[in-house]
Amino acid sequence: MNFKLKDIGPQLLTVIAVVLVFGFFTYNAQVNMENRGIDFGYGFLSQESSFDVQFSLIEYDGSHSYFRAYLVGLLNTILVSVIGIFIATILGVIVGIARLSPNYLINKFAAFYVEFFRNIPLLLQIFFWYFAALRALPLPQDAEAMFGIAFLTIKGLYVPAFIWQNFNIFFYSIVAAIIAIIVIRYQAKKLQETEGRQTPVLLISIGLILILPLISFLIGGVRLSFEVPVLKQLATTSFIYEGGVSLPPELIALALSLSLYTATFIAECVRAGIQGIGKGQKEAAASIGLTPNQVLKLVVMPQALRIIIPPTTNQYLNLTKNSSLAAAIAYPDLVLVFAGTALMQTGKAIEIVSITMFTYLSLSIVISLFMNWYNNKIAIQEK
Amino acid sequence: MSKINFLKPDKSNLNTFLYLGSFLFLVGVLDVLLNSFFSLNLTGFLPGFLSYFLPLILGFVGLYFIRIELSGIKQLDQLNKHINTNNFNAILSLLIIFIIIKSIPPLLSWFFVDASFAGESKDVCTGSGACWTYIKVWMRRFMYGMYPNGEQWRINLSFVALALLGSVGYFATDKFKKYLTLYYVVIYPFIAFLFIFFFISGGPVFFDFSYGIIAAILSIIIGFFIPSKFKFYYFLIVPFGLYILLKYFIFYEELIELGKLDGLNWVETGAWGGLSLTFIISFFCLIFCFPIGMAFALGRRSGFPLIRYISIGFIEFWRGVPLITVLFMSAVMFPMFLPADFFIDKLVRCIIAISLFEAAYVAEVIRGGLQALPRGQYEAAKSLGMGYWRMHIFVILPQALKLVIPGIANTFLALVKDTPLIFVVGLLEIVGMLNLAKTNPEWLGFAMEGYVFAAIIFWIICYAMSKYSYNLEQKYKTDR
Repeated sequence: MNFKLKDIGPQLLTVIAVVLVFGFFTYNAQVNMENRGIDFGYGFLSQESSFDVQFSLIEYDGSHSYFRAYLVGLLNTILVSVIGIFIATILGVIVGIARLSPNYLINKFAAFYVEFFRNIPLLLQIFFWYFAALRALPLPQDAEAMFGIAFLTIKGLYVPAFIWQNFNIFFYSIVAAIIAIIVIRYQAKKLQETEGRQTPVLLISIGLILILPLISFLIGGVRLSFEVPVLKQLATTSFIYEGGVSLPPELIALALSLSLYTATFIAECVRAGIQGIGKGQKEAAASIGLTPNQVLKLVVMPQALRIIIPPTTNQYLNLTKNSSLAAAIAYPDLVLVFAGTALMQTGKAIEIVSITMFTYLSLSIVISLFMNWYNNKIAIQEK
Repeated sequence: MSKINFLKPDKSNLNTFLYLGSFLFLVGVLDVLLNSFFSLNLTGFLPGFLSYFLPLILGFVGLYFIRIELSGIKQLDQLNKHINTNNFNAILSLLIIFIIIKSIPPLLSWFFVDASFAGESKDVCTGSGACWTYIKVWMRRFMYGMYPNGEQWRINLSFVALALLGSVGYFATDKFKKYLTLYYVVIYPFIAFLFIFFFISGGPVFFDFSYGIIAAILSIIIGFFIPSKFKFYYFLIVPFGLYILLKYFIFYEELIELGKLDGLNWVETGAWGGLSLTFIISFFCLIFCFPIGMAFALGRRSGFPLIRYISIGFIEFWRGVPLITVLFMSAVMFPMFLPADFFIDKLVRCIIAISLFEAAYVAEVIRGGLQALPRGQYEAAKSLGMGYWRMHIFVILPQALKLVIPGIANTFLALVKDTPLIFVVGLLEIVGMLNLAKTNPEWLGFAMEGYVFAAIIFWIICYAMSKYSYNLEQKYKTDR
């Protein structure tokens, strides 16, 4: 190989600078840890954590290990992110389309929503929902039932729990329906491309996803019953709901503010995407006799999605990272459980902060890999 | 008059449909209006369900009747075009009109009619509306944090001075226009730094600031008499010489200790807070993150693989982690990385952390601009014999930065909106102060007022910034 000093010089200097800085930091960290008598290592993960977490998806109490606590936090982070992404996408798409509506009122209403929620810090919104809005909810004993089964109270949302019999059969029926739908879609696409015939895919899909589970109920022995939460008196003034599923107010406030906030950005992505499709495309599609719905489905959306997806991925990533603000209202997410409580107890600052950062990095990478894969799938196939 | 088919409004019976339709529509709106402003229920005699939906039904039928294409009446056509194109749109329009009418009275009464403004204590807040007295009493804390009341003029003065110095660009004559970039990139941040870190914090370091100012003024005055040939070397040497002279030979430190010279009281950064801290942090992070981000954007596009990989690693690392963990790192992990006797102030650590974090985002935005430039620009600059730096400074960056104004503005907006997160390290800007005030036993139960107040302030700041960036974008828009 032919090395040139001109090429090597700047790179060498940069590398030396980086190495020096990192070396300086590592050296100091070693000295400091020696002075304070801390030893570096990840062994603490298997020790007993001896702290409790209020809300967890898996079984957990103080006798479990720190690693289990980490998992609890991670699952809670994923839970709130998934809920947030789900609601934000639906809301964002609706608002984004509303922004393009010819209806003046709808258009302005959507614009108002976007400008309003986008320009207020997320943390403030979380505080607002948690400390101001949700605190105005009734106490458990005063709560009125929503549709007779769910209760929205100051202590959270209580919804009925599903109690299944032979759940696995029901689950398999759903899986079978989904597989069938995928196969039919594939076949329909093939038919469309080879013979130009259209199949009513949507109707068949809806039919499948309704009928197969129904069959499982009728002949598969699947039974579903609800466990409605019931008010129970603990003391003279203290009431609580028993049974059912309870969602803590922290989760509600966080999911609500995350989705309201992120939806504004997704709405702008959707709007930009649809606007980015030239008018000629729509006119050309209309001129070959497609109906307005077909124009939207077959011409505009496939092209708009290419513009919409990359920035929307960024918003999903932002939402996941923003879910760490949970620490401010004591929703037990990764940051609060692990980088907060566990760090206080063990004092292992470097290990815990690095694990937390690494976890978020991995979450980001997983989301962006998935979205990149999806983006490549729908990208223009150049021949 | 021809036969009327009520299921198909047409032009031949225009007047009938018009009067009937607008009558029904107006009755529907009036019902909601009376209901919401005067709690009158005109349709109370009907069964509950019907009474509730009657305005919607009336309005819908009314809008259906007046949906006549090409009626010849301009206003009607406009109305139909904007809010009444089909059944679905008509219902949505009605819903929005009703929601607006329904939400005005409660909002009005909460914000103004039932709200309390006067007084100095919680006792005046008996109404059902907002308690703006709370905001009034706590105003100083929300604006200045725990900064001593008697010293707050220092913050005000600094901000006014910086605003004036910042607006120099608008008044500069053409002769000085060419120095403006230098001024804004180098001199202005430096002055701002002096002001905030020496004037607002005060204490012994304040004298450094005063000496610096005196030295600068003296050297500028003398500078007028120096021949332009030597001016560069003059300004390189003399101000620093004067500063050292003042500090170590003329004003002895002993004089200060003896109390013969009276400086400003020292206010530790922990006491800074409120909205002014939001401004200070946003301002500094904004200044620092831009050059760092630019450097990494260039690094990521560099031809040297090692530099490129280091830049990619830096950018992707910061972009992958949430700011709150970065602040955690600056609070608990960073001190471990420094020598034991080396102490960096909490606020400074915070500013470094946020700057590095936002720099990664700025880098990505600028990279977008660099990539958007056609290769011809690079080739043209190279063919003129320009080197890497000359090419970037004079040809590439000016065009690339122009392209990414909206992106950069968004990043800065995100920065301003991220400042409340510094509660993690125990600094309390306005949102943090609100949470503190909320827990004060004398003022319990006014969380809503506080958050609404802060939301309004942030909304105004962010909205103004985004409008300004939009104007900037329009101003620098060059068609290619």
